Amino acid sequence: MKHVKTINTANLKESAVKGGCGECQASCQSACKTSCTVANQKCEHKGK
Amino acid sequence: MIHKYELNGYFIVLDVNSGAVHLVDRLIYELLDRLDENLSDNCPPDLLKEFSSRYSQKEILEAYEEIVALYRAGQLFSCDDYDKFANLMVESPVKAMCLHIAHDCNLRCQYCFAGTGEYMGHRQLMSFEVGKAAIDYLIHHSKNRHNLELDFFGGEPLMNFDVVKQVVEYARSQEKLHDKLFRFTITTNGVLLDDDKIDFINREMSNVVLSIDGRKEVNDRVRSRVDGRGCYESILPKFQKLVQARREGPFDQYYVRGTFTKYNKDFANDVLHLNDMGFDQISVEPVVADPSAPYALTEADLPEVFAEYERLAKIMVDRAGTDRDFNFFHFMLDLDQGPCAIKRLRGCGCGNEYVAVTPDGDVYPCHQFVGHEEWKMGNVFDLSIDPDRKKQFAHANVYGKEECRKCWAKFYCSGGCNANSMQYCGDILKPHKLSCEMEKKRLECAIMIQAAACDHK
Repeated sequence: MKHVKTINTANLKESAVKGGCGECQASCQSACKTSCTVANQKCEHKGK
Repeated sequence: MIHKYELNGYFIVLDVNSGAVHLVDRLIYELLDRLDENLSDNCPPDLLKEFSSRYSQKEILEAYEEIVALYRAGQLFSCDDYDKFANLMVESPVKAMCLHIAHDCNLRCQYCFAGTGEYMGHRQLMSFEVGKAAIDYLIHHSKNRHNLELDFFGGEPLMNFDVVKQVVEYARSQEKLHDKLFRFTITTNGVLLDDDKIDFINREMSNVVLSIDGRKEVNDRVRSRVDGRGCYESILPKFQKLVQARREGPFDQYYVRGTFTKYNKDFANDVLHLNDMGFDQISVEPVVADPSAPYALTEADLPEVFAEYERLAKIMVDRAGTDRDFNFFHFMLDLDQGPCAIKRLRGCGCGNEYVAVTPDGDVYPCHQFVGHEEWKMGNVFDLSIDPDRKKQFAHANVYGKEECRKCWAKFYCSGGCNANSMQYCGDILKPHKLSCEMEKKRLECAIMIQAAACDHK
């Protein structure tokens, strides 16, 4: 494409189908404790 | 739904439901102002006419074709069909615990949400008996979850370090018996750190959060000892020593973690100062406080705070790949390998997957609810957990919050902090607007940093 550069390949909808195993870190455990940022957590799904 | 913005010379388009991020040129950026989900296959004549004074017909048609191609690929104006996952927004096993090992502190930080350690109660250290019962409680309620997290929190956990060690030893002894893996974190102000504690922390804690606000004058203004003296000179060398030793393994995760207030809206200078002092994993977060407090951030401060986040993001872009590169917690974003949409929908998990335990063994939805007696939801000794409360929090997800449903940032903040919502809006389902605005700005900056990295490849 000449006018667009898509910078990521992941699709959230696809991740929903295989997701939800719950083994990932609880977001508040990393550093925040006073705010909520979930999207910076790592996925730990073994079957991914 | 899309969200588009211009930052640092980049025209960025986020397709909310797919998570796709596009760097576009000005033509597409402007065309998208006139388009929505009801996209026709061919460029509407009135659009062609409107843009023809500034762009050639060939360019406009070409750009429009690319928009249609993205739409067909499900990467632009993609539909919201997450309702089918609503059945996953239910009660889950408890997998994370904040253990209030000490309701006491040797600092008197002005902004402390824990009432300088007391949590609206009295100063108290947790006994090993309570800590042991808390481990049993977590194992019991974790059901089939393998990875369990335990954060030693306070107050100041180092004031009760012998019990920290005992609890770690006990939890490790239970791992094989129950097929669990414990990951420990400790959050400390550093005043009592010594070589033995550093050694233990680096050996056992998969993450350590080191509290320091940045420059000496900034830190010492709000983070003072009981006698009013600042703590910067005491804690900085200890934190440097801990981080240096931590590089030997086995765990590499740590954060120096500060709070910025109305007193230091130039907080990027504190981030940079911490980097200059040898730290490369940095988190500096906005204070959450009653608006009447002198240090509280309010809506009037937002323009300055936004400008500072943008300044910090641009500095990070400039430093990327150099030896002065560093990680800023609130700009961390992996657009390809981040958490699944289910995790994003569920939110922080407090009161459902995550609980806090007081020195008495009482269970609360999270550390910020501790002391608010009406939110108590169980006790570690009788293994109780209030099923109605748990259900309430399980449903406090993105789609349970009216204002979040329509927000472009919903898959990144996941509905925000329920405790902030409770404390400042009186309802865990009503997001705290000030926090939302800052979160959205941080997210725009974080995506821009990713876009810049991609652009430089």
